[in-house]
Amino acid sequence: MTVQRRVEQRGEAKADPGLQDPDWTRAVFDRLMPMHLLVCATGHILHTGPTLQKILPEGSLVGQRFLEVFRVLRPSNVQAIAPLMMADGMKLHLSLRRDAKTAFKGVAVADQNRGLITINLSFGIGIVDAVRRFNLTGADFAPNDLTIEMLYLIEAKSAAMEESRQLNTRLQTAMIAAEERAFTDGLTGLKNRRAMDHLLTQAAADDAPFAVMNIDLDFFKSVNDTLGHAAGDHVLIRVAEILNATLREADHIARVGGDEFMVILTDATKPSHMLQTAKKLIAQIETPIPYGDQMCRISASIGIAVSGDYADPAPDTMSHDADVALYASKRRGRAQATLYTAELGDMTENSATVRPTRRDGD
Amino acid sequence: MHGLINRSIECFLRDTYGQAAWDDVARRAALPVQGFEAMLAYEDALTFDMLDAASGLLGRGRADLLEDFGTYLVAHPRVEALRRLLRFGGETFRDFLHSLDDLPDRARLAVPDLGLPHLELRDISTDRFSLRVRGDHASMGAVFVGILRAMADDYGALVFLEASAVSQTVEDIAITLLEDRFARGRDFDLSQAAP
Repeated sequence: MTVQRRVEQRGEAKADPGLQDPDWTRAVFDRLMPMHLLVCATGHILHTGPTLQKILPEGSLVGQRFLEVFRVLRPSNVQAIAPLMMADGMKLHLSLRRDAKTAFKGVAVADQNRGLITINLSFGIGIVDAVRRFNLTGADFAPNDLTIEMLYLIEAKSAAMEESRQLNTRLQTAMIAAEERAFTDGLTGLKNRRAMDHLLTQAAADDAPFAVMNIDLDFFKSVNDTLGHAAGDHVLIRVAEILNATLREADHIARVGGDEFMVILTDATKPSHMLQTAKKLIAQIETPIPYGDQMCRISASIGIAVSGDYADPAPDTMSHDADVALYASKRRGRAQATLYTAELGDMTENSATVRPTRRDGD
Repeated sequence: MHGLINRSIECFLRDTYGQAAWDDVARRAALPVQGFEAMLAYEDALTFDMLDAASGLLGRGRADLLEDFGTYLVAHPRVEALRRLLRFGGETFRDFLHSLDDLPDRARLAVPDLGLPHLELRDISTDRFSLRVRGDHASMGAVFVGILRAMADDYGALVFLEASAVSQTVEDIAITLLEDRFARGRDFDLSQAAP
């Protein structure tokens, strides 16, 4: 039912004293809808609520034409006062003509008999900006208006969300650190066997050629036995430094046992280069390592398996074969580097006494 | 107890008594090494271990400490966000008092599992009120005494507060509003300052 019909019905019964007194009606509207305005049939503004007047402080709105102050965006056909009269009860989208950023939602209630349109406005979703721009306070809204509640919620939820975001960041950092620890050898900072298993599987799946280099320290046990474990740790750290300094950034270096290291050489095609690198490593590892006023003298035996030698470079096969080659180095008197070949494999298979496993300590 | 509460107490102890005091409390009460996370939940016992450790270390009763904690929640710059949220309760301190009934619900909208005590304001006369605080734990009323005192300052109102225990977990705070506008109070803009 439209207001107009309701007014007519009331008129038939008995005039409502409130409607007879425009001052009283305005006071009620100002309190309940501080952003309303009253427009007459000529399109001039007759009255505005206090909050609307506050946000448009340059001169009173009263006397100005409604459609010269506001642009009606929707419905799009409301470009004159007659269609606005017909838009009774419809949801309006409006903006200020002099500042299109200030947008409103509104509803018009038309009284065709008296030629009056009451329009109530709100800021809609732009309320947060509007509050800042126009310096609005709680007093600018009707006490039962939910705007303040909404602002409260936005602020409270944003604060809670920010806390959650920070927590997520901390958890993510902790997770990355934990993952890194899980793949790192605590003493040397090199990768550990678990990391190497992943990397080897990955390397085998990629097309790029690679090589597995197994390194076993010689005479390490005697350092441990004569100078103590601290000296042993010191030596291991020094070996890690040598490996890091000698090998390329792209190579993966791990400590996979007490005195066993494993390297994945990436983009490795030339066996002669690999042997050269291995010999360089042995030479550096053989340089006596000072520990206190003592010297630790160790060496290393190395075995290498190259992916190019395999139709299917399976990780297990290659690390096994690198061990076979490493064992051959040990048999040849330690401090040697050996490339795996099929003959070496056959020899090992045929020999009952030779086992391709290493013992820690020598 | 919600991490937000534990974290607030942690910040209160650290900001008020210093890092060394907090480290001591954390050690005595065997608290998490990294401190509390605001958005996680913790065993209730941990909160009371923390309060007992702080009481013991600082030589102050739990109620005293909690009242200062309540004041800290409103007055310390670090927790400005909370002061702002409380100021949404109303234009005047009187409005704020009348908004207290809604406070647990308001808090729940933002942080559903926060679990604030139940609050009920009774009007005794125009200037006298009584706030009943009904929580799951003892001494929670003291926190609200601190909050009310600091909020009165914030609004520039002059109040007299007196807490009394009704039972183990129910407390009444008698509030006498001596003057609505005793001092200028602090400003409150509805819009949040740009960060």
